Amino acid sequence: MILEVKGVTKIFGGLTAVSDVSFNLSEGQIMGLIGPNGAGKTTLFNCINSVFPVTKGNITFRGQTINGLPTYRVARLGLARTHQIVRPLNELTVRENVMAGACFGRHNHHLADAARIADEVLAFVGLAPRAAMLASSLNVAQKKRLELARALAAQPYLLLLDEVLAGLNPTEVSSMVETIRQIRAQGITIIMIEHIMHAIMNLSDRVLVLNYGELIAEGTPQEVSQNESVIQAYLGDPDLAERLLEMERE
Amino acid sequence: MKLWRNPGLWIALAIVLIIAVIPVITGSASTRETLFNVLLSIGLASSLNILLGYTGYVSFGHIVFFGLGGYAGFYLIDEAGWNLLPAALVGGLTSGLLALLLGMAILRLRGAYFALATIGINEAMKALVINLKFLGGPTGMELNFQTYRQYGGAGQMLWIVYAGVAVIALLVVMLSFFVKKSKFGLGLMAIREDEDAAEVMGVTAPRAKTYAYVLSAIFPGILGVLFFFKQGVIEPGSAFRLHMSIELLVMVMLGGAGTVLGPILGAGVYQILRGSLLTSNLHLGGLRIRDVQLAVAGMLLLLIILFIPTGAVGWLRSRSSFLRRVLE
Repeated sequence: MILEVKGVTKIFGGLTAVSDVSFNLSEGQIMGLIGPNGAGKTTLFNCINSVFPVTKGNITFRGQTINGLPTYRVARLGLARTHQIVRPLNELTVRENVMAGACFGRHNHHLADAARIADEVLAFVGLAPRAAMLASSLNVAQKKRLELARALAAQPYLLLLDEVLAGLNPTEVSSMVETIRQIRAQGITIIMIEHIMHAIMNLSDRVLVLNYGELIAEGTPQEVSQNESVIQAYLGDPDLAERLLEMERE
Repeated sequence: MKLWRNPGLWIALAIVLIIAVIPVITGSASTRETLFNVLLSIGLASSLNILLGYTGYVSFGHIVFFGLGGYAGFYLIDEAGWNLLPAALVGGLTSGLLALLLGMAILRLRGAYFALATIGINEAMKALVINLKFLGGPTGMELNFQTYRQYGGAGQMLWIVYAGVAVIALLVVMLSFFVKKSKFGLGLMAIREDEDAAEVMGVTAPRAKTYAYVLSAIFPGILGVLFFFKQGVIEPGSAFRLHMSIELLVMVMLGGAGTVLGPILGAGVYQILRGSLLTSNLHLGGLRIRDVQLAVAGMLLLLIILFIPTGAVGWLRSRSSFLRRVLE
């Protein structure tokens, strides 16, 4: 198991944002994390990479307990993430952004190595022509790719993707889906939060469903999409998931 | 090293060097005194730039390191009979040590809270020194004029101190360049742009910020020793002048925060401006206006932040890719 989450609870004041969530993730998988807005998906991410301390529970990453560690320590152990609302380092160039990812990630690279890795990763995500531009000059789709590039440059074992598809047009979505497949093919384990159902149903090996902070279902995309409480809480239409899967196959 | 071939470094060093040798060629004492202030400001502003420009932390009380280092060195020269050189080094280390201790405490604060804390520290240090008998209390200390003898008399001492300040200015500019071009500097700039995102990327922000704070404090400490040794007197009012901190901020912002060349140009332009304002006899309704340079500094700061927040060099760099390559 690359990640074991046991009984994680996060309470803000009187609000229980994440309640007693447990799951295991084995290496090389893509796990989808879905649920209505405000279900606690991003909060769960923030607990996993130690942006927030957990109120209760335990998180083990590659055999090591990581809850309570500072965020930067968790990052250096090989856990990278992207943000739902992009956070580019605006006044630095695109290449410098990605170099920072490589420098301070799992391998602690020197600048020269980091520059080489940055160029490789930028070519991979399709941002190579923009390497010398300031990050602030990119459009939203490009900034999402920059977030992804920065996380990949860290050469993580586990990658947390927070809505990398949101706000992209259909062409951009399918090219990003392809990119995510290629990342998995490199052996990187992924947890992704997503609202675009046909993408998550097709990419994920397993899906977790959160509602009001609680884990209400876990299983393969097919199992989850037929789960009664998931349909009630989130999907709404019992045949929707089937049709989404069909849509992708065509 | 490829970095040594960067034109940005040599342009910056050449400007400082040219400023520094002018009085040596002309032999003029009054030019030397003007340029002494310019070189001193370059050293102080470039030091502040490591914290303000690279790391994005606004220190309103940075002059505390100048004052404290000055006091430490002055005490060693005056009371313990030390030579200027070791005293200056100890002055720098004292300031660095203060920054290390303070950094661990107040660098947890962000934005305006950090800025306010730095003002508090300057005032607290001033109050502390006023109450320390061995540092002369509120009246400070005065150097025995005979001390200058071992440096070949007062006339030669002025040249020695001038050379010292010039060397420190060159060193700070080099430090500023190499920090900017290093992995450490990349981490600082990541913190400046988005500290939370930087931590998520693995930047050890608390440590990096503390190192930046220490680096930005050491040279002001050394410069403080040189400055007050030359003055021959040190007292709390002149060592911990809060408005000098603000003048330093203006210099950095004017030239361009986060650039190597910016604080050099900013310091030069501001000192020339200040010199002409100090000597101008400005009257308003029959009253002579004192410290008019501070009013101008305030106006300048406002205008820079409103219209060219990246400063002169930042603005030039954004204009053309050629200037981006040659100006750092």
